Amino acid sequence: MVVFEKPKALADVPLHYCPGCTHGIIHRLVAEVIDELGIEGKTIGVAPVGCSVMAYDYFNCDMVEAAHGRAPAVATGLKRSDPENHIVFTYQGDGDLASLGMAETVHSAARNENITVIFVNNAIYGMTGGQMAPTSLPGQVTQTSPYGRDTNACGFPIKVCEMLSQLDGPEYLERVSVNNVKNIKAAKKAIKKAFENQINGKGFSLVEVVSTCPTNWGLTPVKALEWLEENMLPYYPLGVYKDRSAQKEGE
Amino acid sequence: MAKVSFRTDFCKGCGLCVEACPTKILILAKDKINKKGHHPVEMTDQEKCIGCAFCATMCPDCIITVER
Repeated sequence: MVVFEKPKALADVPLHYCPGCTHGIIHRLVAEVIDELGIEGKTIGVAPVGCSVMAYDYFNCDMVEAAHGRAPAVATGLKRSDPENHIVFTYQGDGDLASLGMAETVHSAARNENITVIFVNNAIYGMTGGQMAPTSLPGQVTQTSPYGRDTNACGFPIKVCEMLSQLDGPEYLERVSVNNVKNIKAAKKAIKKAFENQINGKGFSLVEVVSTCPTNWGLTPVKALEWLEENMLPYYPLGVYKDRSAQKEGE
Repeated sequence: MAKVSFRTDFCKGCGLCVEACPTKILILAKDKINKKGHHPVEMTDQEKCIGCAFCATMCPDCIITVER
């Protein structure tokens, strides 16, 4: 009996990501969820700009490429054009979602657009060569903060889940990680719930995945996972930040 | 018995599976180089494999298939 194999919604091509980059794990989780829900034929993904810009080559469902940060706006159009038959997800990094696309993110959440957003937070701009991102930690050394992020000059990192949870709009916000097997299983559960919310017409679901960038952090893949656990998880605590349906049931 | 197969030419030698294996039977083969120019993962002792699929769960490139 096969207990683990490549999901069918993931194309059979080598990924261009650096060795040990957790984008591959997150791609696989999304593909597994698409397989399990049996929605490959009606799913449309929206790829971002950033390392995952070529995500359209890796998923077997239909994909659209959006301008930098505008994935939620494109997803809104796709979803509204045929709400019954389209399952729309966006796959975005932190530079895309939290910097250039902040307006689109906040407003699609405020409108409670019925889309699923997968947000990969690795605290750095990966594709452009490791510049400081809106989510880079205080004191974190990057190409544009060689002495560490100075919060007096550059401000503080943006905690997207906490920020969006202040809005009345969004249905479901959860932060997960992929640094070990247990967290990967929890991440898959969260991604599945985000897709199910859309199928059930509940509204905007965002799953933030705390992720690594071994190349631009200057660490080996194994050390990068340790760095994530020691530095990122205390600043970005995992958990459910908003689940409106669960709140209603509890009342 | 558990059976694990690797698509060695897709391996990037990141070592996340080696770290995740609870029975410590995976290594990066220092004497081999795959098509991509990496030292690919290799299993040292198939008998000891418990088929937990932790290696496959951690693998970012989805090169591992686990049967039980």
